[in-house]
Amino acid sequence: MKRLLATTGALALSALPLSAQNFDDPEEFARQQEQLQAEPEGPEGQPWLQHIGGEMVETADLGIEAPATVCFSNAGVNNPWRVVGFTNMNQELANHDSIGEFIHVDAEGSDDKQIADIDDLLAGGECDVMIVSPNTTAALTPAVERACEAMPVIVFDRGVNTDCPVTFVHPVGGYGFGIQGAEFIAENVEEGSDVLMLRILPGVDVLETRYSAGRRILEEAGMNIVGAEFTDGDNAQTKSIVEDYLQRGNIDAVWMDAGATAVAAIEAFEDSGYDIPVFVGEDQQDFLRKWQDEGMTAIAPTYPTYQWRTAIIAAARVIEGEPLPGPEWVLPQPAITQENLAEYVNPAMPPLHYAMCGCDEMENYPEAWGGN
Amino acid sequence: MTDGTRPRGAERRLRAPRINPVWILLAVLIAAIIYMNTGFVEPTGYMNFLKRAAPLAILAAGQVYVITSGGFDLSVGSLITLVVVGSSMLTNNDPAATLWVIPLMLGLGLVVGFVNGLVVCFLRVPSLIATLGMMITLNGLAFLWSGGAPRGYLPDTYRFFGRELIRDVPLVGFIPVSVIVMAVVIGAYGWLMHRANLGRQVHAIGDNPVAAHLAGVPVARVRITAFVLSGLSGAVAGILLGGFAGVSTDVGAGYELQAITAAVLGGAQLLGGRGSVPAAFGGALALTAIFTLLNFLGLPQPVRQVVQGLILIAAVALAMHRRRQTGT
Repeated sequence: MKRLLATTGALALSALPLSAQNFDDPEEFARQQEQLQAEPEGPEGQPWLQHIGGEMVETADLGIEAPATVCFSNAGVNNPWRVVGFTNMNQELANHDSIGEFIHVDAEGSDDKQIADIDDLLAGGECDVMIVSPNTTAALTPAVERACEAMPVIVFDRGVNTDCPVTFVHPVGGYGFGIQGAEFIAENVEEGSDVLMLRILPGVDVLETRYSAGRRILEEAGMNIVGAEFTDGDNAQTKSIVEDYLQRGNIDAVWMDAGATAVAAIEAFEDSGYDIPVFVGEDQQDFLRKWQDEGMTAIAPTYPTYQWRTAIIAAARVIEGEPLPGPEWVLPQPAITQENLAEYVNPAMPPLHYAMCGCDEMENYPEAWGGN
Repeated sequence: MTDGTRPRGAERRLRAPRINPVWILLAVLIAAIIYMNTGFVEPTGYMNFLKRAAPLAILAAGQVYVITSGGFDLSVGSLITLVVVGSSMLTNNDPAATLWVIPLMLGLGLVVGFVNGLVVCFLRVPSLIATLGMMITLNGLAFLWSGGAPRGYLPDTYRFFGRELIRDVPLVGFIPVSVIVMAVVIGAYGWLMHRANLGRQVHAIGDNPVAAHLAGVPVARVRITAFVLSGLSGAVAGILLGGFAGVSTDVGAGYELQAITAAVLGGAQLLGGRGSVPAAFGGALALTAIFTLLNFLGLPQPVRQVVQGLILIAAVALAMHRRRQTGT
């Protein structure tokens, strides 16, 4: 058994360098740390219109006539974050007369399907502007490059390895997310405290960067990281893992790279008869409610879903020939803290609704998002 | 603790009593867990373990009927998801709704199993394909119903079965409600399989449907009953999982294969004719023990998956080898 373990371990380790990408880039880390502190430009209280960094691109010479057809190649609507984002997007459409028709194709989480989708849209000849939310970065780059040759392209959420799109809309990023949570822990527990890190799955760039940034901050603050575990985003598995850790030792704080299973992790403490420690979650309503009800010490970094609104706004500006932030439109990435928690908790919203949606002033709120 | 249909008296006199290898595997795994973490011998340790194993054990008990009758049921994982998502939509934060939602969900399990059985028996679709189709359909239904993001919490009354503990129990201190549910379901399924006529009929049609038919076994009815029992076990497992950990949209993913693996670890024969509820229960415990042990070892995830896969193959190969050697 031991030899088996050693062999498989060695095999797995020797395979690592082949696929290693740099998810722990000190320069990018420092840049995002700076962007978190930066004062965004643009209308106050409307973060989906704001941008960090001042560069603008002109679009007057693109020569598109309103009303125009906007096509959207979507990586998927396969998790609650994307469901909320896609709702934001559809509601934002009503604000723009310059967008005549909106064609949405759903790649259902498959690179192959998304590449085919983009080629079909190009062959169809109906699109004037294309929005792409890529499923994965490297695989979608050539397809996005082909689209760029035919029309203006706007990319958001995950990026592509080309600067051909008019702009790439995204919040500060994964390092920023990791930093906010880990800094909160470092401020709220003593040096040398036991921190458990929970992650969804390995190999996804936006999640790897959250983890590397979180780990860097926690280590620099002298925390004792008792473990870093993958939960597969599964509530039952999360709860089991935390229960196992509690059986073996102490936990003073829990850092998570995404909040979907935060409530299950909290329940593991409750059901095992422990006090809830310092927690890092995300802006989902179930976590925010639990935080408020139990009076926890917690923070919710966000990966704001309002970027889905921004993608439509960017498309409308391209059609209208207005300048827009580019080649990168970096959106602010606020965290929900004890001070502003009450603004975001809303028991009328579904448990998996992402509160940092920038949607509460929109016309069909809350019904369109499943609230009542 | 092997299947009850096999005559074994003659051999028993010649060698030491044979034990189903799944129990040896389980004992080894438990010993390793205790070595890694002595807290496991405390009630919190083993009761948590049993609580965690309960949904899989119940599923495996249902699955073993279908496997023994010569089929597969791949639909139980997505049935779990549909039960959890559907329950959250229907209860809509109303504690009183639990009273009708739970029976409704058990009914849903019965209906899904019944439809699986009908499709296999009368449309002559192989069970692998029939239940694969059902799996995709149920996943789609769960998604349609919730729009991808469930709209309600499960009230505490609903979560009672999967989450609550009965405290102040003599000797062990506390018993999770889900462990009691598990004991009842395993007991009932075990009795039906090994002490009632149904079990003999299930074995007979799995072994040789033509011979069973000629001997007067109502093949279609028995086969449908097997699927119904599996569907019911899926609904019960869904209620426990929803109670244990709350709402999520992919809660049942992968459970169908785990249930089949647990049954096979317990010596059930794919394509029918052989299977035991207590041994499938042992298989479910062993599988959960593997997961727990790998948690405790703290190996990185990719290594963990490799080890887990290898252990499974080795364990099933061992079970098959022993069976060939002993000629049963």
